[in-house]
Amino acid sequence: MADTMRVNPINCTGHGVCAELLPELIALDEWGYPILDPRPVPPSLDLEARRAVAACPTLALKLTRQ
Amino acid sequence: MGGTTAFWYASRATGVVALLLLTAVLVLGILVNRQGRLPGLPRFAVTSLHRNISLLAVAFIAVHVLTAVLDTYVSIPLVSGVIPFASSYERIWLGLGAISFDLMLAMIITSLVRGHLNRILWRAIHLLAYLCWPVAFAHSIGSSRDLQHGWLLDLAIACALVVVAAAGWRLASAARQLPRAARVAAILAQHAPHGLHGSRQAHERISR
Amino acid sequence: MTMAPVNETVNETVNETVSETVSEATGGAVRPSASGLPRLLPLVPGVPEDLRVHLARYGRPPYQGGPGHLIQAVEQAGLTGRGGAAFPVHRKLAIVARARGRKVIVANGAESEPASHKDALLLRAAPNLVLDGLQLAAEAIGASEAYLYLHPGASQEILRALNQRAAAGLDWLGVTIAEAPPRFLAGQESALVNRLGGGPAVPTFVPPRVTERGLGGAPTLVQNVETLAHLALIARYGPRWFRALGTAREPGSMLATVHTKDSSQVVEAEIGAPLRTVVNPEGAQAILVGGYHGTWLPAGIVNTLTLDNQTLSRHGAAVGAGVIAALPADRCGLAEAARVVRYLAAESAGQCGPCLNGLPRMAAALAELAGYGHRRQVRSDLERWTGPQNLVTGRGACNHPDGTVRFVRSTLTVFAPEIALHARGHCSAINHGAINHGAINHGAANRRAFLPLPDSMPLSEEDWI
Repeated sequence: MADTMRVNPINCTGHGVCAELLPELIALDEWGYPILDPRPVPPSLDLEARRAVAACPTLALKLTRQ
Repeated sequence: MGGTTAFWYASRATGVVALLLLTAVLVLGILVNRQGRLPGLPRFAVTSLHRNISLLAVAFIAVHVLTAVLDTYVSIPLVSGVIPFASSYERIWLGLGAISFDLMLAMIITSLVRGHLNRILWRAIHLLAYLCWPVAFAHSIGSSRDLQHGWLLDLAIACALVVVAAAGWRLASAARQLPRAARVAAILAQHAPHGLHGSRQAHERISR
Repeated sequence: MTMAPVNETVNETVNETVSETVSEATGGAVRPSASGLPRLLPLVPGVPEDLRVHLARYGRPPYQGGPGHLIQAVEQAGLTGRGGAAFPVHRKLAIVARARGRKVIVANGAESEPASHKDALLLRAAPNLVLDGLQLAAEAIGASEAYLYLHPGASQEILRALNQRAAAGLDWLGVTIAEAPPRFLAGQESALVNRLGGGPAVPTFVPPRVTERGLGGAPTLVQNVETLAHLALIARYGPRWFRALGTAREPGSMLATVHTKDSSQVVEAEIGAPLRTVVNPEGAQAILVGGYHGTWLPAGIVNTLTLDNQTLSRHGAAVGAGVIAALPADRCGLAEAARVVRYLAAESAGQCGPCLNGLPRMAAALAELAGYGHRRQVRSDLERWTGPQNLVTGRGACNHPDGTVRFVRSTLTVFAPEIALHARGHCSAINHGAINHGAINHGAANRRAFLPLPDSMPLSEEDWI
C-alpha cells in the first residue's frame, strides 16, 4: 500500500526543489541530482512527499504504488 | 474612460495591479526555468511564488472584469472577459484583454492537469506566455487613458523594460545551451581534454 | 559432455559459391547429431548457407498456424536472450502474445559492442536461420509488423536472403530493414524502439516496458538475432534436443567473440564449457568477460571457470553478449581500460545527470591512473562514484552507467597492482624502469591498442539517427 518515490532521470534537470521539501528522504548528489531513499515513504511523510512531487518543475518526481 | 463610480475605480486599480503581477509571474517563470534563485529564499520559493502569483493575478483580473461589467456608465457584457471583441465599447482593446486572459487560463489549466498531458503540448502552451504578456500590455495601454501619461505610464514602461530584459536573458541562455548530443562531449573536453594522456597529469600531481 | 568450440574467423573472406558437398541430403531436413556443434554456424566454416543449402539442411520453417506450441517449447528449452541480458525468452513471447491489437516484432542485429562480431557473422553466414526465427516468433505472438534492425553495411546479404525467401513464399510476414546508428546504446531496447519510431537511438524512461507499449504504442517484442536463430532450431528439433548441450540451468550453445593476441574469432561453444577451451589464457594477464560492460578476471582463474552465468556470477562476472578478451601480458591494462571508459563516456546519451556527469569524470580519473603518478583524490573520487553509495549505478534511464561502473570497479580490483606501479612512475608494459614525470609514453606496444574501439565519437544529433 505504501508508495515509493521514483524519479524520471531524463526529465530531471536538477532543480533541487524536492530535496528542500523532503530532506528526510531526498538528498542531492555533487552534481545537483536527487538521490532518493528507495524504501517506501513512511505514512508520517506522505503529505510532504506529495508536496515534493507536485512542486517538481519538470514533473520528474513520481510516487508509485509498489 | 468616463464615469466616477467605485466599480470603475476598482476596475482600473485591479487592472494596474494585475499588470504588475503578470510581470512578476513572467520573470519568476524565467527564473524557474533557468534554475535561478531569489536571494535569501529557498529554491521552492521561486516555484511556489511563480504558481501562486499567477493564481493571484487571475483573481485580480476576475475582479477587474467583474467591476468593469458591473459599472453602469458603459455597457460591457460579462462574456467579453473571455470572448474577444464581444464588447462594443472599446472593442479592440478589450478584445486584446480577453485574448490574454484566455491564454492565461489555458496556461494555468494545462499546468493543473500537467501530469496527464503530453510534455511537448504542455510546454508549447506554456510558451504562449511570451504572447500573453505583450497582448495584456497592449490592452492595458490601449484601453485605459490612465496608463497613457504620468506615473502610471512610467510604471507600465518599467514593466515592459523588465520583461524585455528577462526575455532577452532567456533567449541568450537558450542560444548558449548545448543540445543533448553535444553535452557529454563538452564535459569530456572539460575533464579529459587530451584523451588518454591528459595534460593535467603533467602539471598538478602528488605522487604517492 | 563438452564439445570443442567451433571457430569461425572473423575476417576470413566469405566464399560465395555453395558447394554441393555441404549438404548431406537433398530434400528433407538434416537433423544434426544431438551432441553436435556447430548448431548456428555453418557446417563448413567460411561458407555461408544460402537459401538452397539452408532448406536442404533444415527444411522449411515449421509454422504452426497460430501461437501453437512454440512458446511452450521455448519455455521447456529454457532459451534465454543472447543479446546480453539473458532474459527468459518464453516470458517475453508470452507477454506480447497475450496482448491485443497491433503487435510488433524486431530482430535486433545492432551489435553495438565494438568487441562483439557474433551477430554480424551470424547475419552473413546464416541469415536464413535468423529470418526463420523471426518469422516463427512473429507467428507465435501474432505480430503484424516485423523489422530487422541493423548497422549500416550489413544489408546486402540480408536483402538477398529476404528476396529469395519472398520468391520461395517462405515468409509469414514482410520484413522491413531499419538502420541503426553506430552507437553503443543503439541496440538498447527502448533506444531501438525510439529509433524505429523516427527519433534518435536514445533510451526512454521505463515503465512502460516496450513489451507493453513499444513502437507506436503497440506491444513490441525485441529479440537478438542469435536468440532468434536458436528459436528457429528449437521449433524444428524440440526442447530436448536444445537441452542436449549446456547446463541444466543454462541450456544450449552460444556464440562468443574471443580476442587473443593471435586472433579475433567468433566461436560457437556449449554453455558450461571450460573457459580454457574457449579462450587460451596462455600469455594473458587478465581476461575481460562480457564486453565493455563486463568484468575483468585475473588470468589465473580462467582454468577453474566455465562459460556460464552461474559460475561466473560467483566472481562478479556474467556471459553478457559473449565477448571474451584475453589481455596479453605485454599490454598496460590501465591504458586499455582508460580508453574503454572514455569510449563508454562518449557514448552516453547525455540525458540523465548522474551518467552525463559521472562517466566523463570516471574516464578522466582512469586516464590519470593510467598516467604516471596521480593525485590522491583520484582514487577517492573513483571509490565514491563506483562504491556502495550508488551515486552512478541505477540512477539513469538505462543500465549504461551501471555497466560502466561494473567495468571500472573490476578494473580497479584486478589492476590494483598496476595502479600502484603507475603511482611510482612505472608500468609493467614497459621494459625499462622509472620514467620521468611528464607526458606518458606507453611505447609501441600500446600504440596498437588491444581492445577494439572506434575512432570517432558522437557529437551531434545526426550521429544518433
